[in-house]
Amino acid sequence: MSTPLERRQALQQDRRVRYERMVEIRALENKVQDLFDEGLVHGTTHLCLGQEAVAVGVAAAARTTDQVTCTYRGHGVALALGLTPVQLLGEILGREAGSIGGIGGSMHLCDPDIGLMPTFAIVGAGIPVAAGAALTAQVRGTDDAAIAVFGDGSTNIGAFHEALNLAAIWKLPVVFVCENNQYGEYSRIDLTTPVDDIACRAESYAIPSAIVDGQDPDAVAEAVSGALDQARGGAGPTLLELKTYRYAGHSRADTAPYRPEGEFERWYEKDPIVNFGRRLVDEGALGDNGVEEVEAVVGARIDAAVELVLASAPAPVGAMFANVLAP
Amino acid sequence: MPRMRMNQAISAAIADEMRSDPDVIVLGEDIAVAEGPFKTSAGLLEEFGPLRVRDTPISEMGFLGAAVGAAATGLRPVVEIMFVEFLGVALDQLSTEGAKFHYLSGGLVKVPLTVRASVGAGLGFGTQHSQTLESWVVGTPGLKLAVASGPANAYGLMRAAIRDDNPVVVLEPRRLYAQREEVTVGEEGIIALGSAQQAAAGDDATVVALGSTVGAAAEAAAAASWSADVIDLQSLQPWDKDMVYESVARTGRLVTVEENPLSGGWGADIVAAVAADLFGELKAPPLRITAPDVPVPFGKELEERYMPSSVYVGEQVTALLDTGRVPPSWWQREEVAT
Repeated sequence: MSTPLERRQALQQDRRVRYERMVEIRALENKVQDLFDEGLVHGTTHLCLGQEAVAVGVAAAARTTDQVTCTYRGHGVALALGLTPVQLLGEILGREAGSIGGIGGSMHLCDPDIGLMPTFAIVGAGIPVAAGAALTAQVRGTDDAAIAVFGDGSTNIGAFHEALNLAAIWKLPVVFVCENNQYGEYSRIDLTTPVDDIACRAESYAIPSAIVDGQDPDAVAEAVSGALDQARGGAGPTLLELKTYRYAGHSRADTAPYRPEGEFERWYEKDPIVNFGRRLVDEGALGDNGVEEVEAVVGARIDAAVELVLASAPAPVGAMFANVLAP
Repeated sequence: MPRMRMNQAISAAIADEMRSDPDVIVLGEDIAVAEGPFKTSAGLLEEFGPLRVRDTPISEMGFLGAAVGAAATGLRPVVEIMFVEFLGVALDQLSTEGAKFHYLSGGLVKVPLTVRASVGAGLGFGTQHSQTLESWVVGTPGLKLAVASGPANAYGLMRAAIRDDNPVVVLEPRRLYAQREEVTVGEEGIIALGSAQQAAAGDDATVVALGSTVGAAAEAAAAASWSADVIDLQSLQPWDKDMVYESVARTGRLVTVEENPLSGGWGADIVAAVAADLFGELKAPPLRITAPDVPVPFGKELEERYMPSSVYVGEQVTALLDTGRVPPSWWQREEVAT
């Protein structure tokens, strides 16, 4: 089985792997929902269905030595960065096989080998932390960078504004990636936010910004790469607004009855997986049966991961006492 | 041994750590060019330069969050929170993010972060700039908490905090910044987190004090007809159970002296632990000497009444020894509050 680092490198090198990873993210999220429905999972979860291109585009652009902060809707970013389905499902199911041994759950993933900082269950909290990771690179004189991935809902909390301000005055090598999925928890973005485009908020901090098609992994990778190049070169931070769409509700209990009629269907026309698959077939990168083949490979991988995780031990009681403090 | 003011000792401790470890950086409001409003970062910008010594915007959530991120990726940031109340707008980053990273990374991510804050009443800064607020920090697993009571332990605790691989909060009673004493500098001056020190020795009671109240407790003991062990706790999380228990087992009486309000104050934890574990050794009920359950008042006389004075500590301990009972507080005696 591939290590997280190998999975990441494969994705960086090959757009077909990016497609496969998007398929994997979607299949895994659907599986998570199934496992919840079967009563096998404790707690809650926040699915990123529909936002797969954001995760994969970011992971394609970032180096493994760049640091990434992301949110509690982070299964996709984690998988794209390289976390394995076993590590992810293990964590969601509270098993020893989880990325931090089953004490974190769905919202708390981490793998320093691939630059996945502990994921954030507090809205906006990861944004200044990413600025701090960029500060480390700046003080040490490396050309690493940091990426904060956060939702549109995060842009109304102080942490977002304070982090942009700090990164701007210190010219920190950080890229602020807002995945605007149109909803903050149960509320449509226009009910909570007075601007149409989050990107305009960069003007207040005199930093560049761009609006990017968040349903296109090529466009995301290109935009994030460009911003990372600027950051590494000392030009400071960029705010990217990736327009995307959350197919599921906020969390597992939310069926999103507040969604306007026809909205989902309109967004589904821009489905990242369908469209990127077509593009790869048109380019000849995937064969005529390529889509089905990828789905079969991914489906088998997820099934095997579920089987392995369900057979693995729950986190032992000693795990709750470990690592409270560093020695 | 150089004689230093507490603010000089703090500057010296940070400078010594910065000399020995290039990963130590300092962040805070007005700490670089102005050397800190309380002059606790004197000379740092000049010696270490603007890459490592940075003035921040008035933006605690932003710069404390950045410090958490920097610590999690290899630096050892020392962050100044000018008045501990300002931690309120950034507490998420300390308590919910930084304190949890080691746990939520399976031990792979360390957060060697030092958060310094000035605390306490006595200088007329008013209600919103005079609290001690240890209670915002204790009870959060993943954090350590130390409180300075003078120049020597400010130096020693600060160096230990910066070297520690966990987030450590160091609280500095503001009215002690100008106090002078001889300070052991260098490696010998470092004080292990979690260790208390004895400030006076005696047999009739164990008086546990912290930060600003150590002076009042020691003065009271020096002037009294009774004698007591006065223990300067120095660290609250973890706290030195061994020293406190050894003393109480001998004296049979426990008194805590706290600048904070009665309800939820740190002494409650000490008293609860001692009452449970040393019940049979106690000759009297444990006594907590605290401030009343009110915000810190501004008027000079009122502010002085708010803080437990050495005279008040003396009276209360004397009454405990005379009657074997917990005496009423001054506000109960004077019938100004219940």
